[in-house]
Amino acid sequence: MLGLDFSQVDWNEIGTATLDTLRMLGASALFSFIIGLPIGVLLYMAARSTSGFVRFGYSILSFIVNILRSVPFIILIVAMIPITKSIVGVSYGVLGTIPPLVVGAAPFFARLVETALNEVDKGVIEAAHAMGSSTSQIVWRVLLPEARPGLLAGMTITIVTLVSYTAMSGQVGGGGLGDLAIKYGYYRYETEIMILAVVLMIVLVQLLQMAGDRLVRHFTRK
Amino acid sequence: MIELKQLTKQYGKAGRMTTALSGLNLSIEKGEIFGVIGHSGAGKSTLIRCMNLLERPTSGEVWVGGVNLTSLGKKQLQAERRKIGMIFQHFNLLSSATVYDNIAFPLRLIKTSKADIERKVSELLNLVGLAEHRDKYPSQLSGGQKQRVGIARALASDPEVLLCDEATSALDPQTTDSILRLLLDINKKFNLTIVLITHEMHVIQSICDRVAVIHQGGIVEQGPVTEVFLKPKHEVTREFIRQEMDNGDALRLALQGQDGSSSQAVQITFLGSKTYESILSHTVHETGVNFAILQGTISTIKETPYGQLIVRFEGSKGAIEDTIRRLLDQGLDVEVIH
Ligand SMILES: Nc1ncnc2c1ncn2[C@@H]1O[C@H](COP(=O)(O)OP(=O)(O)O)[C@@H](O)[C@H]1O
Ligand SMILES: [Mg+2]
Repeated sequence: MLGLDFSQVDWNEIGTATLDTLRMLGASALFSFIIGLPIGVLLYMAARSTSGFVRFGYSILSFIVNILRSVPFIILIVAMIPITKSIVGVSYGVLGTIPPLVVGAAPFFARLVETALNEVDKGVIEAAHAMGSSTSQIVWRVLLPEARPGLLAGMTITIVTLVSYTAMSGQVGGGGLGDLAIKYGYYRYETEIMILAVVLMIVLVQLLQMAGDRLVRHFTRK
Repeated sequence: MIELKQLTKQYGKAGRMTTALSGLNLSIEKGEIFGVIGHSGAGKSTLIRCMNLLERPTSGEVWVGGVNLTSLGKKQLQAERRKIGMIFQHFNLLSSATVYDNIAFPLRLIKTSKADIERKVSELLNLVGLAEHRDKYPSQLSGGQKQRVGIARALASDPEVLLCDEATSALDPQTTDSILRLLLDINKKFNLTIVLITHEMHVIQSICDRVAVIHQGGIVEQGPVTEVFLKPKHEVTREFIRQEMDNGDALRLALQGQDGSSSQAVQITFLGSKTYESILSHTVHETGVNFAILQGTISTIKETPYGQLIVRFEGSKGAIEDTIRRLLDQGLDVEVIH
C-alpha cells in the first residue's frame, strides 16, 4: 500500500512520544486554566468598574494580554529560555516546554473566559445584586456557573490549540508526537512514523473536541 | 416604610444628560400595595431601582424601613438589600440552577443550614404552587411559572418590602391575573409592603391600594386608587383610564343627541355597597324625572365594587336639579358633563 512498510516502526518510541504529548498537554492546560481563569474574571470585572482608575488598569492588562497573544509561539519559546530555566531548571524536554506553553495559552484562555462571562445575562447579575450578594458571591455563584458552557467550550478550544503548540515545541527538543513527526518525517524521510504521529494527533484532537462538545451540551440549560 | 426625598437621577455625562427623575418625593406605608403607573420612558424603572439602590440617585435620599440607604457602606447596603425582595419583567432566574436552587440562592448567601434551606424552600414551593417542579430548570417552565419562582426567591429571605418591576408585562392576561392574585395573597398573609410599577391601569385597578402617576420624571397625581381612578385630575391619568374603558367614541355620539334646558347629561359614580342599591330608580321615581343610560360600567377596584353610569335626565330644570341634589345627599358622586 503506497509502498509504506509499518513493520519497521518502533512502537516503543511512538508510545513514549504519545505519553510525552499527553504530559505536556495535561500540565500546560492545567496551568493555563488556573492562571487564565482569574485573569479573565479580572478583565471582565475591570471593564465594568465605575472607577476610572480601574478601567485604566483594564486597558493595560488588556494590552499585555494582546501582546502575549500576538507573539508567534515559536518566538515565545526562544525568548523565554532564560525564564523557563529559572522556573523549571531546564529549557528543553517535556518540562522545558511547559512554561512557554502556559504563557502562550493562558492569555488566550483569559480572553475566552472574558467573552464567556460577557454572555451572562445582565438581568441575572442584577437580581443577585438586589438579593444582597457580595462581589465574590456574584463571581462564584452567578458568573461562573452561568457561564459554564462557554467556559467549557473555551477550555476545549484552548486544549486543541495546545496540541498544535506542543507539536511546535519539537524545535527545542521538547519531545512528543510533533517532535517525532518532524525528526523522522522531515529529517530522515521515514514517512511511516511521521504519518503515524500525525494520525495520532488528529485522533487526539478529535477525542478532545468530542469530549468538550459533550460537556458543553451537558451543561447547557438554555 | 419607604420614603423618597428629593430624588433626582440623571444619566450620562455633562452636556448629554438625561434627567430620569427630578426632585421626586414619595411615601409608601407599611403593608400597602402601592402602584406606580406611567408611560414608557417616564422613569418608572429608574424609580423602583432607586428603592434598593440598584441605581444610585444623583441626589436625594432613599429611606427603607427607617434606614437611609444612601448613607450606607457596601456591606451594610448588602445586608439591607436582603430585607428588600425584587421581581423582574424577565424573571432573571439563574438558567444553570434548578427551581429549588434558585429559591435557595438568597438563603445560601447568608450561609443558612441545609435543613433550614430545605424547610424554607419546600414551604415557598407550596406557597407558589410549584412543588412538583422543584428539580426542573427555568427553561422547562412557562412564563407564569418562572415568575412564581421569582416571587418565591424574593420571599426566601423574609423581606419587609417586595419591589415588582413590570412583573406581569411579559405575561398573557390570564397568567397576569393569577400572578396578581398571588401577590395580593402574599400581601395579606405576611403584611408585606408591595411596590409595583406598570404601564397597565388594569394591574393597578386589580390589586393596588394607592397609586402614583409618574410623568417625565415627576409624580403628577397620587392617592387611593378609588379616588384617582374615578376622579382623575391629570391628563395623563385620564388617558390611562380612557384606555382601560375604551369607549370614548360611542359616548361622544350619545352626548351629541338632543340638548336643551329640559335635558342634562351627568356621570354618577357608586362606590362600595351602594353599587348594588336601587338608589337611582327610587330617586327619579320621587322627582318625576326620566333618564336614558348613555353608558354604564360596573366593576371592582381591588376588592371594592364600583359602578359608573352616564345618564341623560329629561324633565324640568328644577326637577333635574332636585334629582342631582338628592343623589348627592345619598352619598353618590354626581358630575354634570353636558
Ligand atoms: N442606564 C441608562 N442610561 C441612560 N439613560 C437611561 C438609562 N436608564 C434609563 N435611562 C433614561 O431614563 C429615562 C427613564 O427610563 P426608565 O426609568 O427606564 O423609564 P420606564 O421604566 O418608565 O420606561 C428614559 O429617558 C431612559 O432613556
Ligand atoms: Mg421600565
